[in-house]
Amino acid sequence: MKTKRLVELAKTIRSKNAGTDKITFDIIFREKKNYELIKKSKVLTKQSMAKLFSIPKERISDFVEFDPAYAVKFTIRRTHPSGSPGETDVFGCQQYPPLLDLEIPVETKGSSTARGGKRSSHRVGRLRSPTSRTTLSKRRKRR
Amino acid sequence: MSKPYLRILCPNGHLGFAPTKEESFWIGAKTKPDYYCCDSGSDDIGPGPLGSDTSVSPYEWEKHDLELMLLAAREQGVPMMIGSSGDTGTNSRVDMYVEMIRDLSRKHGLSPFKLVYFYSEVDKEYLRKKIRQNIAIEGLDGRKNLTLEELEKTERIVAVAGVHPFIKALEMKADVIIGGRSSDAAIFAAAAIHEGFPENHAYYLGKVLECASFCAEPYMAKETVIGTITHEDVKVTAMHPDQRCTVASVAGHAMYERSNPFFEYFAGGALDMTHCKYEQFNKKTTRITGHVFVPIQGKTKVKLEGSGKMGERYIGIVGIRDPYSVRNIDKMIDWARSQVEERLSGKEYQLYYHIYGKNGVMGDLEPVKEIRSHELCIVVEGMAPTREVAEEVTLIGSRQIFYARLPEVKGTAGTAAFPIDGVLPAPAGYEWTMNHVVPVDDPMELFSVFETTVG
Repeated sequence: MKTKRLVELAKTIRSKNAGTDKITFDIIFREKKNYELIKKSKVLTKQSMAKLFSIPKERISDFVEFDPAYAVKFTIRRTHPSGSPGETDVFGCQQYPPLLDLEIPVETKGSSTARGGKRSSHRVGRLRSPTSRTTLSKRRKRR
Repeated sequence: MSKPYLRILCPNGHLGFAPTKEESFWIGAKTKPDYYCCDSGSDDIGPGPLGSDTSVSPYEWEKHDLELMLLAAREQGVPMMIGSSGDTGTNSRVDMYVEMIRDLSRKHGLSPFKLVYFYSEVDKEYLRKKIRQNIAIEGLDGRKNLTLEELEKTERIVAVAGVHPFIKALEMKADVIIGGRSSDAAIFAAAAIHEGFPENHAYYLGKVLECASFCAEPYMAKETVIGTITHEDVKVTAMHPDQRCTVASVAGHAMYERSNPFFEYFAGGALDMTHCKYEQFNKKTTRITGHVFVPIQGKTKVKLEGSGKMGERYIGIVGIRDPYSVRNIDKMIDWARSQVEERLSGKEYQLYYHIYGKNGVMGDLEPVKEIRSHELCIVVEGMAPTREVAEEVTLIGSRQIFYARLPEVKGTAGTAAFPIDGVLPAPAGYEWTMNHVVPVDDPMELFSVFETTVG
């Protein structure tokens, strides 16, 4: 299945303190289409975020999809309040990079079968219609 | 009879932390807003400034930002309101801002005006009494209720003001208000409530204005925005020629620095933004409706911030280049730790290693487990009750990386590179000991208000 990295789809990916005891993460999209894609993909969930950051699910205090801003937002509890001895990120603003490379499937179920079929048939060198060949090469160029 | 609308200018999301940009400020000032409001505090800066009663913003920048607001507000004869003076909103920071206002008034020969200021610091004895009376001082964000032990560890406490002391100051006909620690949004809300606008819109107005141009796009900090409240809605407009308040930027800002985008808590209630509706009103302006202020049932609860000293601190900096050492960095650190423990066994100390190139930024949250860098920088953080012991902890903890005993190391003349010989004194270590709320009978009982004439 064709995927794109989250960094290619989102307008903003950030983390920041939410008070002294939490860090909050915002993933904001410019286009509704990409926001809907993310929601549907289920790549960003409470469970997947707990796994990504190797923390128990209970440390994620909030996880919301915020339609007015086309945004997914989640918040984790710190193990120590911000700025305590041993602190690595007082503002909590450099904790988001692991999100950048998350792979998001960009084709819906229906179209992924269709397009995927074309691509795989291309690979094995089967005959294809001229139309689909054009579409494919165009798509390649854009990349 | 209340006005049909009220316009409030906000020049900066954290007055003085970085200087206010002047162009957009004067563009905004030319439109003659009804109020100039700004918060000067944040808990983002960590517990150190509150604990040590210092500012992180340079004096000159704070004064610069106050000067802009004071001159524009006095010129028009409209109120200027400042919350969370000097980053932390402690009493000494309020006094400092009051002095700055006096200086500026003298400098510019301003006509006499009324200055009202209030303090937010909370006496430990007040809270001791509450605890002894079995009044729960509730922990926020998963913290336990405050115990006497936690209280005693605390160096300094501020209460976060809601609208109450600001409204009181406006009722006293203040021209300039210098506030102790405040909820940033409450400053703006207080002005609107005082002028007779509904709480629903007043609190939202505060919420959207508190970070100035952070609610606009493209991203540019420290630029001025103006909020307009009517009896039906709130509108927010970017003043910088290249910035706009869009549905996306304003809705996006609702999420900024909070656990979720739907609720904001104040002394006296909560703003519910679940059903906010955002519309592009004109090119630079977004209109917002649908927010609701829900007053608290029962006693008002005031948020408390407390900071306690954890110890004196030194920092050491160590570089590692040998690939064998890079691979075995954890063993080297274990060695250095063991040497500190051998020397200081039984003494109170804390020792932290920040290994840049491994997980120096994210610590345990770092998903990249293998080291991909050809060199590492280790920042050694040592803490103890006295400077002497803190220095020794940090020095041994750093220098013993140089003597680490790894079986196959080739560089037997030393296994670490030091940019300087020795360790550096660092600011003392503090911790947020309190993030709690205290129930009060009177919302003003933690805030004392004073008035004076300037000029």
